[in-house]
Amino acid sequence: MARTAWIEMLFPPLVALLVALVAGDLLILAYGQNPAAVWHLLVDGTWGNFYGIGQVLYKATTLCFTGLSVAIALRAGLFNVGAEGQLAAGGFGAGLAGLLLPATMPWFFAFMLMFLAAALCGSAVAAVPGVLKARFGAHEVIATIMMNFMVLALLNYLVAAHLHTPETLHTQSIASGLVPRLSVLLPVFHGSAANWLIVLAILAALLVGVVLFASRFGFELRAVGLQVGAAENAGISVGSTWIRAMLLAGALAGLGGLNFVLGYKGFYEDGFAGGAGFLGIAVALVGRNHPLGVVISALCFATLSQGGLAIHALVPKQMVEVLQALVILAVAMAVPEVRTRLARSVRGKP
Amino acid sequence: MMLLLFLWQTLRIAAPYLLAAAGGVVAERAGVVSLTLESFLLSGAFGAVAASHWGQSAWIGVLGGLGAGLFFGALHALATVRFKADQIVSGVALNLLAVGLTRFLLQMGFDSSSNSPRVPGFEGLGHPLLWLGLLIMPVLAWTLAHTRYGLRLRAVGEHPQAAESLGISVAKVRWVAVLASGGLAGLGGAFLSLDQHQFTDQMSAGRGFIALAAVISGRWQPMRAGVACLLFAAAETLQIQLQAAAAIPTQFLAMIPYALTLIAVAGVVGRSRPPAALGRA
Repeated sequence: MARTAWIEMLFPPLVALLVALVAGDLLILAYGQNPAAVWHLLVDGTWGNFYGIGQVLYKATTLCFTGLSVAIALRAGLFNVGAEGQLAAGGFGAGLAGLLLPATMPWFFAFMLMFLAAALCGSAVAAVPGVLKARFGAHEVIATIMMNFMVLALLNYLVAAHLHTPETLHTQSIASGLVPRLSVLLPVFHGSAANWLIVLAILAALLVGVVLFASRFGFELRAVGLQVGAAENAGISVGSTWIRAMLLAGALAGLGGLNFVLGYKGFYEDGFAGGAGFLGIAVALVGRNHPLGVVISALCFATLSQGGLAIHALVPKQMVEVLQALVILAVAMAVPEVRTRLARSVRGKP
Repeated sequence: MMLLLFLWQTLRIAAPYLLAAAGGVVAERAGVVSLTLESFLLSGAFGAVAASHWGQSAWIGVLGGLGAGLFFGALHALATVRFKADQIVSGVALNLLAVGLTRFLLQMGFDSSSNSPRVPGFEGLGHPLLWLGLLIMPVLAWTLAHTRYGLRLRAVGEHPQAAESLGISVAKVRWVAVLASGGLAGLGGAFLSLDQHQFTDQMSAGRGFIALAAVISGRWQPMRAGVACLLFAAAETLQIQLQAAAAIPTQFLAMIPYALTLIAVAGVVGRSRPPAALGRA
């Protein structure tokens, strides 16, 4: 790879890391604590023991799905701010399917049906902005945001009014098709929520890579994302590519819901998405919309999320929310800046 | 009496929408996407309570809300105007930042994870920001239509290259617009927290997005956006008053602004056309 390409790829995350460290130091000092002690606690509580690692892996699994969802839509030139609603809908679909399936159904069939339900529900939610964009030219950012609010309100209604078990906002437990924890085969992870769906997340990243870079559809998708007019002239149907990209993005985010519903709790709970869909935007951005980048950046953001819990004894865990936001802002600012400066230096020295 | 109560409650709910939507119109007409309204409202609400607590005066609180909104506006302008960051990404990041930072400061300043202590605020019709909210849209409509800055702002939002070639500094106009947007929406946040005499975690509760929905449903026109704010507020008042009767589940009433916005952007009933350069650096 050319030297400039490396600079363009590595510089923004490094700037973001630096910003996070400096801002973190300032917040810690403002709170009257010792930065070294807090950072030590953060590393210790995440990658310092197997429970911490397991929790990071669990959180990274969901973020990997939502990050891939945002990334594949962005490759088609669409900003999927709706991963949050798609994630919630996917989890709900799996939870509802789990309630309807007979308890005696063999594991494999039960799992596959809930898998399909999650993907379909996520896709259905993403289809609305996709069709509105392709058919009416409605801006997908506005449409996905509005869908988020509507879907979350609808799910809240369905659970609160019809499906909850008394005194809670969650459904009854699913009988068959649950995914075992990592600790079943690897006892060191005992107590953590990490489960075998992490394998599915990695497979999803591989699949997205293959679709994007080794299939006709992926080629068309990227062509539409790069230059709508040129793609249209080349005979690619822009509208149907947008719709298919959104369906795929929705399915990916929806599958993220399995991690909580089948891998952790065994039921659907209102509000479980808890911002993981919005963080998917950050994951895709820092991962530069590349499947491998998404996996790595999902691990980074999961580390920060889990790290917040670890440092809560010394400083409020909300410190990591501030750091996550600053990382996104720093990368968003550094990427175009690096690009223009590189372009300028290339032009200056022929 | 019922009607008066209904009107009063509608106005009270509409005030922060009106101030935030005014901020949204200003920024978006200059070509800068306003997903940040939520962060302006939340930081403004916190800034107002912190300043009011510190100065023991609601008027100092108003200044605090304004300052917090301006600070977040400056961040958005720095990211999107100076560094040409993606406006949507910056918006998402600032919304997360506002939630995290206000929670952190709530813990740090008031040793609580949920709410601040009671601070000096305003009572009922004596809330000056209520009146500002009612006046802001006509004032804004006039400013956009009849002043030099209004003309420049619209030019920058529709065709920045043309504006630049006429000697208008696109960057300067957008800086002013985004700062004004932050200040206005920050005052909307100050209305909320000074009305309730305290700050509660995430008290903006999606109001920034309802304001954005009003801007879009109102086709980026101040007066139309103002009417949309009042309609959304009336629907919400209805929802609160119907809660006892519960003819329609409240969740469905809460969806009204979002559904209307979807219909508006889809152009089913009259096309909602954004400023031509919206979202472009």
